[in-house]
Amino acid sequence: MNALIIARKEIHQAVRNRWVLASTLLLAGLSLSLTFLGSSPTGTVGVRALDVVIVSLSSLTIFLIPLIGLLISHDAIVGDMERGTMLLLLSYPVARWQVLLGKFIGHLAVLAFATCLGYGIAAAALIASGSRIDSDSLAAFSAMIGSSVMLGAVFVATGYLVSALVRDRGTAAGVCIGLWLLLVLIYDMALLGLLAVDQGRSISSAAVDAMLLLNPTDVYRLFNLTGFANVSTFAGMAGLAQSTTLSATILLAALLLWTVIPLGLAAFAFSRREL
Amino acid sequence: MTSTVRVTDVTKVYGRATAVRGASFELSQGELVALIGHNGAGKTTLMKLMLGLIRPTRGSVEVLGDNPAAGEFAGRRQLGYLPENVSFDAALTGRETQAFYARLKREPVAKALELLEIVGLGAAARQRIGTYSKGMRQRLGLAQALIGHPKVLLLDEPTTGLDPELRQTFYEVIERLAAAGATVFMSSHALTELEERAGRVIIMNHGIKVADGSIERLRNIARLPTKIRLKVAGLAPTELPSWLPSGAACRRLNGHIVEIDAAPEQKIQLLHSATAAGTSVEDLDVIPPTLDELYAHFLRQAERTP
Repeated sequence: MNALIIARKEIHQAVRNRWVLASTLLLAGLSLSLTFLGSSPTGTVGVRALDVVIVSLSSLTIFLIPLIGLLISHDAIVGDMERGTMLLLLSYPVARWQVLLGKFIGHLAVLAFATCLGYGIAAAALIASGSRIDSDSLAAFSAMIGSSVMLGAVFVATGYLVSALVRDRGTAAGVCIGLWLLLVLIYDMALLGLLAVDQGRSISSAAVDAMLLLNPTDVYRLFNLTGFANVSTFAGMAGLAQSTTLSATILLAALLLWTVIPLGLAAFAFSRREL
Repeated sequence: MTSTVRVTDVTKVYGRATAVRGASFELSQGELVALIGHNGAGKTTLMKLMLGLIRPTRGSVEVLGDNPAAGEFAGRRQLGYLPENVSFDAALTGRETQAFYARLKREPVAKALELLEIVGLGAAARQRIGTYSKGMRQRLGLAQALIGHPKVLLLDEPTTGLDPELRQTFYEVIERLAAAGATVFMSSHALTELEERAGRVIIMNHGIKVADGSIERLRNIARLPTKIRLKVAGLAPTELPSWLPSGAACRRLNGHIVEIDAAPEQKIQLLHSATAAGTSVEDLDVIPPTLDELYAHFLRQAERTP
């Protein structure tokens, strides 16, 4: 109940600060331009127009959603402490974990709204422009939106953990940018380099699976690009799809764990903090 | 008199600095207690300890029967707090903020919004807090602290940034609350204001409680002289009244006023001789030691006895 009161206030604030508007417009604008520019190589009468959109949109999501998630969350604890609003809030009959959970629900609702609306517009535009879309493609597209929100949740929770641990807002922002670079860019490059050097001699496919599970953005990529047969042929990941043993359930569970563990650690760190 | 706040031998250490050192006191229902001390004397730390925002290094704190730091926050529903330099989320309006805090306390929102009128926020309540002046934020801070008739009010520098008229209203409101049985614990630098209102004063110095009691009691302990000011007719600028006992500490002010420092036991006798027949005293003022002087006295005394 307390968490919901706080979530409501966070949503209210995000609407006022135009966070909701800005992130929705950003996602809608990018997904629309990808839909229409991205479909030019396959032609506008492409039978599987939506599948192509899923491939390009999920690649975009991997860059953008973590960034948005970290942007709204890195400031949540340390920023409120610096501004002094946390002092007053915690003098009220509310537990610290409720404050954190409330913020999480609020921020995730904002992110989910922006993603559903921003990406939904792309699908709606395709339908309106006369593309034929079958139910398989629609299922894959819905799964993409759902897993994008889950990826957002991972990074919102991670941002809280950073925010609960560091001393000032500047540090929180710096650490979050570093995390983003690491998980979105560096990790994959390093993994690729490692696999290229190894040439499949000593690293088993189980080890590759484990390394992919250790990065939430890779989990997301695997889920969307290999989870649906019709999509994976476009994604150029059909080969990886055959070799991996990770099922969609495992991948979703991994994303969930990647949310719950940082969130739990953030709650613990926050509860130990003095202000 | 039931005690609402009990602080027992509390010490709070931050790294190397000791913010509070072995402080003990009890606050009772209906008391208006002033906490005074210079910056860094441990006033804010004491309040944070009572709120459970920080844990004491040693000793124990009990507020309305709860240990505030143990995560038992039922007692906080009956607690009002106004932090020093209160701040709010700038994007929301005063009304929205007040409604949010009322919901957290499970108090009716409509009643909480009425408080905005009492503190004189009125029309500004519908504007964003980002546009508020310091005084307006302070009013909102007071309004939220008063939500739900708190049994314990902790006010950290509540009157800074308030105009004189609102100060009056503020003291009326808290005096009414204290009369209805609430404990009001406030820190302030405005000692002259507190003098008439606070039933009890606690003086802190470097984290140590150096004095605690009603102003009359502190005057008795401090034994500071009472000032007697006399307007005497026909007295040459350097002359002193002949009836003054020799050796009495006195001085001349603006040419025609004689100021005498009277020790507590000399006071009545001096007044007798001043008003006795034959003296040319035209007017007389008796000024007991002010809170300012008492405060300075207790701090000096604390410095001398480490």
